Amino acid sequence: MSYDNVYPFVYLAWLAGAACFVLGLHYMNSPATARNGNRLSAAGMTLAVGATAVLLLVQGIDGLAWAVIVIGFLIGGAAGLATARTVPMTAMPQLVSVFNAVGGGAAALVAIDDFLAHGEGGGASVSTTLFVVLGVVIGSVTFSGSLIASGKLQGVISGKPIIFPGSRILTIVLGLVALFGTFGLVFSATGTVVLDPLVADVVLLAIIGAALVFGVTMVLPIGGADMPVVISLLNAFTGTAAAMAGFVLDNPVLIISGALVGASGGILTKLMADAMNRSIMNIMVGGFGGGDHATAAAGGAAAGTVRAIGADDAAIQLAYAQLVIIVPGYGLAVAQAQHACRELGELLEERGVTVEYAIHPVAGRMPGHMNVLLAEANVPYPMLKEMEEVNPDFDRADVVLVVGANDVTNPAARRPGNPVSGMPILDVDHAKSIIVIKRSMGRGYAGIDNELYANPKTGMLFADAKDGLAQLTSAVKAL
Amino acid sequence: MTELTSLLYPISVFVLAILVGFEVISKVPATLHTPLMSGANSIHGIVLVGGMFIAASAHDPLAYTIAFVAMVFGAANVVGGYVVTDRMLQMFRKKPVAPKAGTEGATGASRGQGSRP
Repeated sequence: MSYDNVYPFVYLAWLAGAACFVLGLHYMNSPATARNGNRLSAAGMTLAVGATAVLLLVQGIDGLAWAVIVIGFLIGGAAGLATARTVPMTAMPQLVSVFNAVGGGAAALVAIDDFLAHGEGGGASVSTTLFVVLGVVIGSVTFSGSLIASGKLQGVISGKPIIFPGSRILTIVLGLVALFGTFGLVFSATGTVVLDPLVADVVLLAIIGAALVFGVTMVLPIGGADMPVVISLLNAFTGTAAAMAGFVLDNPVLIISGALVGASGGILTKLMADAMNRSIMNIMVGGFGGGDHATAAAGGAAAGTVRAIGADDAAIQLAYAQLVIIVPGYGLAVAQAQHACRELGELLEERGVTVEYAIHPVAGRMPGHMNVLLAEANVPYPMLKEMEEVNPDFDRADVVLVVGANDVTNPAARRPGNPVSGMPILDVDHAKSIIVIKRSMGRGYAGIDNELYANPKTGMLFADAKDGLAQLTSAVKAL
Repeated sequence: MTELTSLLYPISVFVLAILVGFEVISKVPATLHTPLMSGANSIHGIVLVGGMFIAASAHDPLAYTIAFVAMVFGAANVVGGYVVTDRMLQMFRKKPVAPKAGTEGATGASRGQGSRP
């Protein structure tokens, strides 16, 4: 069997793999079929990788290359497997960020290697050079940006926007370095400019460095509340970087997969930005949550007029309600209180209360994060309602229980002139009565007081989310 | 001109794949956005194939090192991505199962106590 005889079949296997990815994503449109979709996608991946191995076997590569492939795969696979098995669901955003980083990094490395290989062999074509540079730039930005995002989510780096003097100028300079470097290499490929191979390598190195630093300066000024957008955007970047690597290697499965992921990340970015009623540009420029005007506007509007409520009173309200809507937020996830929340919900249901969960699109730290946390706690997914679906229900809700959610319930969003203005919110204040479980009067990511807390209908149950829910559960049981 | 012509085919594939992606993914409900993202994440682990190719064509220590790191990154991406997505998706259920039996027993008992006096 020669390489030329085998290649068409390997190509078809790649195509089949890509088809499995598309179908796998298609099955994600319902929770009932999603698991099989993921398995189909994994089967497609196995097929594509297996076919590539067959091709290399026929081609006859040396032992060292096989060692690099097999050992590299085993080490990376073991690390991925161990992390995936043990990571708590609250840490999913960090993990996805790390996967974005390694995916982007791998794509950048593929492009870099191709550049170096061509450098020895006497220069590459214009289009290859262009795709190589694009792959290097996008991949490197994704790599460093995702690591910073992951650090912010993990709390290693402050979640507050970090802005240092001259950061904007630095960003512009980095952009120019990358742009001129790209021009230099492309002109060198056309033959307009003659670059010594060593100089070309230095130019590429400068581009890589600029892209890596750019990734850092891009994510640092973005506040914790905007993380769902950032993760989605970096996900789109990684996909694009993989597609660029596909152009470089002239490999269809890489191009198709990269395009699919790019599309997915793009859609999620748009959805998340819409849910915050902010443009992507506005988020990237940053500064949300740390601005002076935010602190000035706060000025004790809510303080003093807040009414505290005891667990027993709250339990009576909940137990004799017809419809209770629970609004979980990130505070619930941080306190690992999703199980306590489900327990209270089930207890109320057994008493004949209808219970719904209202999930804001940006609840949690990545798109759909809260749904996963509640699913983990064994809450059936038909009870999880999206914002548009649940907002009309607040008018007939007897009690709304807000657990660890803040900015997404702030009625101030309906008025202009404050940091949350225009953000789509859950209409919690339309309910007959509101109970908020919260540790203190601390502020959310937007850095302003929540006017909901000063509402006469609102009772504040000052407790940790898990503790407060446990108090309510035992109080309801005692009734 | 010929170089541009040879690009037309991969670019068509790219553009059509983006459109297919938009079409398929816009139907995914918000409930599944996290598994969707981590599933998409595993798909871009396909750069693993790229890592295999650069390992195959490597001739010097630098190239072997680059290929090795790319293989580690890509494999972590693929294996970790699929496993964690599966772990998430198996938690999505229509009706509560096993653990509920325990809590039902417990609440049943407490109810019994409540009705005694």
